Amino acid sequence: MTDSGDNISTGSSPARAIAQIAADWIQRRQFWDWNEKNQAELNVWLNENPLNLVTFLRLEAAWSRTERLIALNRPLSEAPGINQVKRNNSFPVRAAAALIVCGLGAGALYYLQAPKQNVYVTPLGAHETISLADGSQIELNTDSALRTRVDGNRRLAFLDRGEAFFKIKHDAAHPFVVIAGDHRVTDIGTKFMVREQGARVEVAVLEGSARIESSNAQSATLKAGDVAIASARSLVVTKKPEQDIANAVAWQRGMLVFSQTPLANVATELNRYNTKKLVIADVEAAKAKIGGTFPTSGIDEVTAAARVLFGLHVEDRGDEVVISR
Amino acid sequence: MADQPDTSREDGVHRPEVPGVNDVNAWFVREVLPLEPLLMHYLRRQWPNQSEIEDLRQDVYVRVHEAAKKQIPHPAKPFVFRIAHNLLVDRIRREHVVPIEAVADFDELEIAIDAPQPDRSVIARDELRRLQAALDQLPPRAREAIVLGRIEGLNGREIAKRMGIGPATVSAHLTNGILALAEILTGESPTQDRKS
Repeated sequence: MTDSGDNISTGSSPARAIAQIAADWIQRRQFWDWNEKNQAELNVWLNENPLNLVTFLRLEAAWSRTERLIALNRPLSEAPGINQVKRNNSFPVRAAAALIVCGLGAGALYYLQAPKQNVYVTPLGAHETISLADGSQIELNTDSALRTRVDGNRRLAFLDRGEAFFKIKHDAAHPFVVIAGDHRVTDIGTKFMVREQGARVEVAVLEGSARIESSNAQSATLKAGDVAIASARSLVVTKKPEQDIANAVAWQRGMLVFSQTPLANVATELNRYNTKKLVIADVEAAKAKIGGTFPTSGIDEVTAAARVLFGLHVEDRGDEVVISR
Repeated sequence: MADQPDTSREDGVHRPEVPGVNDVNAWFVREVLPLEPLLMHYLRRQWPNQSEIEDLRQDVYVRVHEAAKKQIPHPAKPFVFRIAHNLLVDRIRREHVVPIEAVADFDELEIAIDAPQPDRSVIARDELRRLQAALDQLPPRAREAIVLGRIEGLNGREIAKRMGIGPATVSAHLTNGILALAEILTGESPTQDRKS
């Protein structure tokens, strides 16, 4: 080994010594095999004393910023209202140019060797099937944005906005990793759904299992039927009936399935797919519960049900339909 | 108040009397850590021995985190600086290092508390540039390992293969890289030079 001389001096301060250990935990978890036992060991260390915990939180926050930066480095951020499906490979070239301008040198060279990035954007109401070279398939739901970087070495997808369903060809040596917000989902041979809702990310597993790692130092292994909701504050995993999860991804067939769903939630769901928005004007109307299968464009069907079943008042104002008592 | 076991629940509906540890951790990351540039500026001005600043900062964090376990304080900033001030006063009393007047300077404390917090949109715009600058400051081998892992997405074994070194050495480079990046990324602030 000839790489001594590069080491950053660690000094003798107690804070430094603990930081060294915390950073080692972070790199072990990120870059090497990591299982429940390792996680348990980490938890013991974190609970050992408060200095361990705050040191870890601090380093991890900085480290997760570096991931956010890679995600942030994208053309999509300027185009929230983009109106057509677009594919291009221009991103790596642009990014590399930016890196060279900023004088990164060696880093830019590595970057040029990174797999090409493909960008997919779906407009409101559309969904699209993406077939990857490795045999995996991704279904991108309405108003969503996804980037993939897949080659022989690694398989990576960034869900920048919206929702996607992943059917992943398992390859233990090259796990498929989805990054949504500050959270990271790794497949373990699996079909799963990821939905990005601002600071909140929802993951539902239909088959096999997947692992979610959250920027807040929490992680969980999800099995079929598990739904995880990760936010900056928490990671909550619940078990749901298979049918519920299948219903949640009915949009792949252009359908939405509701079962005893409050009208307010029905409106929120429908509005994800349509430019014409459903507005529920009062609290009582919002509580009315609706069940059934509707097309994602089914604003008329839902308003008809509201009128007939609950005697609610429906007013079409052109760009929105208002339901009230 | 009597000591009570932490009975906070995950369901998020009830408002637990004692915040859950996840809430405290999330609060700490969200509200306290972004104050670090201001906190460091304050500590550096108040404490003569610059080699102890890092330990002091971590002591402040421990005290803040421990206190927040009982109740999360809002807003965070005056709370953090009050704790920093008290810590310095304690240390001075204990170690007789400098006359107490030097840190009993409440004006300085108020200035620190009033200093504007970094504008998040400014940070977002500057982040890429800052990360690149941060990467540039790493020792070459640590930088290579971090770039391979973070930007190219290789795992540890793959990094070892690409760099032609052993796994333990890769780990050491990654550890150093993570540490150095954290120092560089949290140590600077767009508002640090601003006059108030």
